[in-house]
Amino acid sequence: MIIGEQKPLEEIKELIGDARKVLVAGCGTCVAVCSAGGEREAQILASALRLAFQVDGNSREVTEATVQRQCEWEYIDPLAEQVAESDVVVSLACGIGVQTLVERFPEAWIVPGLNTTFLGMPQEQGIWVERCQACGQCILGVTAGICPIARCSKQLLNGPCGGSHDGKCEVNPDIECAWHLIYERLRKLGKLELMLRFQPAKDWSVSRDGGPRRIVREDLRVLPET
Amino acid sequence: MSDNGFEPQITAFMCIYCGYMAADTAGALRIPYPANVKLVKLPCTGKTDPRYILQAFEEGADGVYVVACPVGNCHHVRGNERGYARVQRTKKLLDAIGLGGERLEMFFMSGGQGQAFADAAKEMTERIRSLGPSPIKERVNELTG
Ligand code: SF4
Ligand code: SF4
Repeated sequence: MIIGEQKPLEEIKELIGDARKVLVAGCGTCVAVCSAGGEREAQILASALRLAFQVDGNSREVTEATVQRQCEWEYIDPLAEQVAESDVVVSLACGIGVQTLVERFPEAWIVPGLNTTFLGMPQEQGIWVERCQACGQCILGVTAGICPIARCSKQLLNGPCGGSHDGKCEVNPDIECAWHLIYERLRKLGKLELMLRFQPAKDWSVSRDGGPRRIVREDLRVLPET
Repeated sequence: MSDNGFEPQITAFMCIYCGYMAADTAGALRIPYPANVKLVKLPCTGKTDPRYILQAFEEGADGVYVVACPVGNCHHVRGNERGYARVQRTKKLLDAIGLGGERLEMFFMSGGQGQAFADAAKEMTERIRSLGPSPIKERVNELTG
């Protein structure tokens, strides 16, 4: 899922600027699971903003609403009225949710309350880790299911660099060396020959290097009216 | 801002186990504690939520504290430690808001410690009295005259 982290209150206040009516819009999916932007966090932020503006001697109307998902039209449509009544919407969804609101409500001023950080998973309660970079050509099938693009600091494709030490990455001893993990897992599963399989240079044109990406599935599209 | 005669309004969240029992013990032993403390029961301080704490401030509390079982003695094993972590987060949030994290505190005590309960109420009342009224309440008073 998409992992995000709330921006500091001070920065959110700056983004709100002079707006009098503020709507905090939460998203109940990815960012709710990473406790950055779900219903609870939206309520906490709305309450914190009301208090902070009062302390500043400049109280504002701050309300909040959370939808199941901010990145799909049908889920955000019910927000239309509240968005129209607000001077600013602080979206607590990932950057996708923010932009979905922007596209649906072109008249509204929408600002992000989160920093969208990475694609990952909750490793344990309170700890989230990066697992994928959406590179567009998945190679997990030859790397024992451990992604060297997202988890090797140097995105190496053919084994570790010289900085792999006791299973840790030279960039930071808190980072596990992805290639060490790949090697150990291949060894345990008796598939070490995969270590020797040469990986040619990756085609980055299917990743971000090819510009914004788009997928079209003709079998799923609603046919244009004839 | 004058502190003369300022009686702080304080909200105390407590678990229904040690926290509430300690309040009860204080009553049974007739140990006096400040009357300006409003008690709110939680099933466990693991239910401590920044939303409840912030709401108490929005509704005019000058200070808030949480009373839990001693660490290692929580009825729900580690609920009080979870509550403590949330109190720490909320303190930082109160600093960012400008109210100040020192308006929030957490106390641990067992059900028999009526004196500790009264001491916590006194300590918070004195601390908040010296900090002065919450700026939120001052604003509300300014607006309503
Ligand atoms: S808006 Fe972002 S965070 Fe919310 S469901 Fe969609 S992808 Fe996940
Ligand atoms: S190889 Fe690419 S698609 Fe597969 S997990 Fe890694 S970044 Fe994601």
